[in-house]
Amino acid sequence: MNRLREHLTDGLLILAIVVSFTWLLLLLVGAVPQHAFGHLLAGSFGSWSKFARVLNVWIPLTLCSLGLLYAFRAGLWNIGVEGQMVLGAIAATGVLRLGTESLYPQGYLVLAVVAGMGCGGLWALLSGWLKTRGGVHEIFAGLGLNFVALGLVLWLIFGPWKRAGIASMSGTQPFPADLWFPGLEGWRVSPFALALVICTILATVWMLNHSRFGLRLKAVGHNPKAVQLYGVAPNRYLLYAILISGALAGLAGSLQVSDIYHRLIPSISSGYGYLGLLVVMLANFRLLPIPFIALFFSALNVGSIQLPMMMQLDSSLSGVIQGACVMSALLVFGLRRRKQSSQR
Amino acid sequence: MISKARTILAPAIIAVWGAWSTPAALADNSLTFGLLMVGPYNDHGWSQAHYEGGRYVEEQIPGSKMIYIDKVNPADRAGVTVPMVVDDLVDKGASLIIGNSDDMKDGIREAATQHPDVKFVHISGDDVLTGKAPANLSNLMGRMEYGKMMAGFIAGLATRTGKVAYLGPLINEETRRLAVAAYLGARHAWTQVRGNAAEDFRFKVSWIGFWFNIPGVTADPTQVVRNFYDTGHDVVLSGIDTTEALIVASQRRQEGQDVYALPYDYVGSCESAPQACLGVPYFNWGPDYVNLVKAVAEGSWVQSWTWSGPDWRDINDKHTSAIGFVVGDAVQAEARGKLDKFIAQLGNGELNLFSGPLNYQDGSVFLKAGETATDRQIWYLEQLLEGMEGPSR
Repeated sequence: MNRLREHLTDGLLILAIVVSFTWLLLLLVGAVPQHAFGHLLAGSFGSWSKFARVLNVWIPLTLCSLGLLYAFRAGLWNIGVEGQMVLGAIAATGVLRLGTESLYPQGYLVLAVVAGMGCGGLWALLSGWLKTRGGVHEIFAGLGLNFVALGLVLWLIFGPWKRAGIASMSGTQPFPADLWFPGLEGWRVSPFALALVICTILATVWMLNHSRFGLRLKAVGHNPKAVQLYGVAPNRYLLYAILISGALAGLAGSLQVSDIYHRLIPSISSGYGYLGLLVVMLANFRLLPIPFIALFFSALNVGSIQLPMMMQLDSSLSGVIQGACVMSALLVFGLRRRKQSSQR
Repeated sequence: MISKARTILAPAIIAVWGAWSTPAALADNSLTFGLLMVGPYNDHGWSQAHYEGGRYVEEQIPGSKMIYIDKVNPADRAGVTVPMVVDDLVDKGASLIIGNSDDMKDGIREAATQHPDVKFVHISGDDVLTGKAPANLSNLMGRMEYGKMMAGFIAGLATRTGKVAYLGPLINEETRRLAVAAYLGARHAWTQVRGNAAEDFRFKVSWIGFWFNIPGVTADPTQVVRNFYDTGHDVVLSGIDTTEALIVASQRRQEGQDVYALPYDYVGSCESAPQACLGVPYFNWGPDYVNLVKAVAEGSWVQSWTWSGPDWRDINDKHTSAIGFVVGDAVQAEARGKLDKFIAQLGNGELNLFSGPLNYQDGSVFLKAGETATDRQIWYLEQLLEGMEGPSR
């Protein structure tokens, strides 16, 4: 009960800091704050089609965040999640290109998702190996691999996979409709993709909080030297963690290709990997708040398009709010820890 | 599930929404049109020309209202797609949607299929020609090849080194067409007007990869232009949406180098550096936009593929001419006279630069002697021409 009250106070405190900070900022640029917040709200939850759009952002963002949580549990900063998402997208595109005019489009779709997870996972494993074998810190390996992935996707779009006659930033030739991730008539967000995410959330709850694997991962994250005494090889668990992390990012990437854009575009990751890092930090590295924070961030992303349209404000305000959330969360969590340690 | 979500969400939202803000006035009967721009609305280039076109409509047709959204491209607005933005504009009452980028081709077509009651215009596209467009989608473009010929002509008159460079965006039919038009204008000035030998003339094209600079993705146009000036080119024609070429030219002039640039797209592009600007070929979208908005308002809309040219009586008449050319302050009176004569010759048909003999870059024949190009041949130009340096595809 006490814990719950603490979490609630923390949450309200963070919200208060963020709202007052943003309020002041809006006043400074000469905008009416309540209008801006109103547009953000109406632009994200104002109609089913807008809410569906929020969910379409929520799907990959939640997948990336969940993946990141595995890495964080093992004490790893998987900054490479962007690149892993891109590799997943590339793999899915490669498979779907083969499936054009096939008699079994569903088979190719399943294959695309599996290939996306596989390639995302392997790309992550690269930074894992660089860490365990070469002693390269995973932040540097991940960043480097992100740049390589971006180079790769640009090369493919402007080179081997370019459209007939022209190469364009708008990406590869769109896939025929039978190679789109299945949805339901009038839904605007695929219920199957939603189901996939919900299953992933449930699986993650079990894996991280209720399984022996989760316990070991946590132990490795806390004290990699000590776990060896219990016969756990820390490196193996680091690699497991980053493999799962990358596979989930790759899944997100394959959905971006098959479900959202129906083609490969240069910025296929939409920055959700980096945003996922913020989500997990704001969740204080706990699992249960992640889907909700991801929903909040998705709503900000979608709603912010109203600002330039209705108020001639720059839509980067949503980024400011997201950043402010994380900064004030770090502050509040820090204060809480300090208070707790002084009480002891 | 949907209806349940609705019943729960809707009242809550209305309540919060009502408490927090006064909603914008609901759309009345007047016509609202939406404009999707690929770049910033104030880019001094392509997107700003469209923005001003929209403003012109608001001036000319009382009761018309523009809602615009700029920077609609996946690099600036990650996760935002054209159909999404269109849904939103339609929610806000738009009955005509204009998409201003080549890159929006698929998105606009998808949105047009989803909203059959709303009219769409895709700028620079050819979906109507290819038959891919649904009935509510039209195409509009300006005959910028004339503007580019004028720009090339001025460049051909001004160059002392005989080396002119073209800063290209990405490679497609449109950009090849415009680079070629600039080349033809420049070569005409160099050989026919100045009487120099064609062998002494160089025309180099470099493509950056997109319509404007995206750091880390495209080649940096500033670097490309610097490189042009460092390798003996003294006039740079810009084919991209933004004004880097002119900015670099202006810096180089301050350092004492005798170089010039010609920006592109927007009537006011020269203003940031008049002393380095030889002129700008620009689009004037206003008149065609007015026709489109009127057609929708009066219910007389017919699907069309429109390729609007200059009004030769006065190419700078903002009420009639789709393509214009502003002569830069840096151009001498004598050159102005030659340009006027050139424009008059283009206008009365005395001069057609798309006449044979012309060869493609690979040496194959584009136009035989005595042959002139059809609109379709110009629109779907397959390669750069012989005599131009730089990749064709």
